[in-house]
Amino acid sequence: MTEQMTQIALTGNEAVALALKQVNPDVAAVYPITPQTELMHAFAAYVADGEVDTELVTVESEHSAMSATIGAAAAGARAITATSSQGLALMWEMLYIAASYRLPIVAPVVNRALSGPINIHCDHSDTMGARDSGWIQIFSEDSQEAYDNTIQAFRIAEHRDVLTPAMVTLDGFIISHTMEALNVLDAAAVKAFVGEYEPPYNLLDTDHPFTIGPLHLPDFYFETKRAQQEAMGRVIPIVLSVAEEYAKLSGRKYGLFESYKLDDAEAAVVVLGSAAGTAKVAVDRLRQQGKKAGLMKLRLFRPFPGDEIAAALAKIPSVAVLDRSISFGLKGGPVFNEIRSACYGKNIRLASYIYGLGGRDVTVEHIESALSDMMKANQTGKVANTCNYLGVRE
Amino acid sequence: MKVKKDATWREVPLGGIIPEAGTAQEYETGSWRTYRPVHHPEKCINCLRCWIMCPDSAILAKDGKITGIDYKHCKGCGVCAFECPPKVKAIDMVLDEEK
Repeated sequence: MTEQMTQIALTGNEAVALALKQVNPDVAAVYPITPQTELMHAFAAYVADGEVDTELVTVESEHSAMSATIGAAAAGARAITATSSQGLALMWEMLYIAASYRLPIVAPVVNRALSGPINIHCDHSDTMGARDSGWIQIFSEDSQEAYDNTIQAFRIAEHRDVLTPAMVTLDGFIISHTMEALNVLDAAAVKAFVGEYEPPYNLLDTDHPFTIGPLHLPDFYFETKRAQQEAMGRVIPIVLSVAEEYAKLSGRKYGLFESYKLDDAEAAVVVLGSAAGTAKVAVDRLRQQGKKAGLMKLRLFRPFPGDEIAAALAKIPSVAVLDRSISFGLKGGPVFNEIRSACYGKNIRLASYIYGLGGRDVTVEHIESALSDMMKANQTGKVANTCNYLGVRE
Repeated sequence: MKVKKDATWREVPLGGIIPEAGTAQEYETGSWRTYRPVHHPEKCINCLRCWIMCPDSAILAKDGKITGIDYKHCKGCGVCAFECPPKVKAIDMVLDEEK
C-alpha cells in the first residue's frame, strides 16, 4: 500500500486534475469558469504534454460542454467535463438528458454561488439546484477527498447496475485554490482500480445500429424515468463496496457520511463540504468543556441515504442541519428538509442553519453557537427557532 | 430487438434508446394530419419536386412518375402543394375529414 502512495502538496483543483489524469478518460469537453478554470488548465497541460490520451474539446459554452460530453459518451467514450455555478446552470437541460441516456459521465463541480447578485465565491446553490437532475452527487471536505471521490466516482457511475452520471463537488476557493498536503496513488494503481471502460452502448458500433434520444410520448416516458429511479436506488451498496475496495488500495475509508464523535452525542451538526473541518474544531472545543457534541458530514447527497442517516441520528436529541444554500419559499435549507423528512417519526429535534452564502466565512464560533442552541433545546424541550442564519448581519 | 408496446420499466431499453435502426417507418404519423394533400395525376407533369421536398418521404413514385401519397406517414405539412409549380397546381390541400 505505502509504495503506491506519495504525499504531495496540491490545490483542490490540481488534485482533481491529477485524479483525472490517472483515470485517463477518452474525451474531455470543457469551458472555463471561475473557480473551476484552474482545474481544466492543469488537465489541459497533461493533454498538451502527451501524458494522457484524452481528446480535449474546447467548446463555446457549458451547454456545449455537456452536449459534447453526452455525444462522446454515447459513442462509447469515457467522457468528462467540469464546471461551476453559472456553468452548471447553463448545462441544466443537458444534465437531465445525460442522466436519462444513462451515460456514466463524471463531472467535478467546483461549488460557487449562483448569480444574482453576481458572486464568484463558494456556496452549494449550484449543485443543490441540480439535485433532481438524475446525477449522483458526492461532496468532498478537502483536496484529499476531492481526489479520492473523483477516482471512486468512475467506478460508481460506470457500474452495470447504476450507469448514471456523477458529479463530485469541491468548495470553490476554499478547497479548489487552497494548497494542502495529500496522499496520491500510483498511476498504475488508479488505472487498475478504474479498469477498462465498457460502454452500455456505442454509436460507433455500426454493426448494431440503434436510435438514441427518440421522442418518448406518454406511452414510454414514465417507464424510462422509473428505470432511472430504480438505478439510483442501487447506488448506495455500490458506493459502499467501491469505498471498501478503495480503502484496501489507499488506506482511506469512506462511507455514505462520516460520523465524528456522534455515538454519545447529545447535540450534533450535519454539514456538507469544507465547513466540516471547521465544525470538527467546534465539536472538539465543546467536548473539551465536557459537552457532548458531534458531527455528521454527508458525503453522498444523491441518492440521499435517508434511512442510514436517520439510523445514525436516531439517539441524538437535537440536531442542527447546516445548509450552504437557500431554497426560497421553503422553511429551512434543502439539506435540512431532506433530513427532517428522513427522520420523520423519530424523536429528534431539528433546526435549520443557513450559512456561508456567496463565500461568507463560517467560523468555529458560528458552529459552536448552533450546537449551543441544540444543547439549550435539550433543556427546554424545543428548538427556539427552526430557521436560523449564521453570519448574516441582522 | 423489438420493444413491446406494453413493456414495463424493467423491460424498456436502457437510456430510452430504440435498439434497432430505421424504425421511423413503423411510426404512423398520418394521424397528426389536419389537411391532406390530394394529388391530381391529370394535371401532374411529374417534375418530382414534391417527391424531393417531402420531409417524410410520403410522396410515392415509380419509374419517374408520381403514383400516389403515403397517408400513413404524411403529416399534412403542405410542402408538396407549395412546391408544385404555380402553373401546374396538381396537389390540393383539403381538410382531412372532407376526404
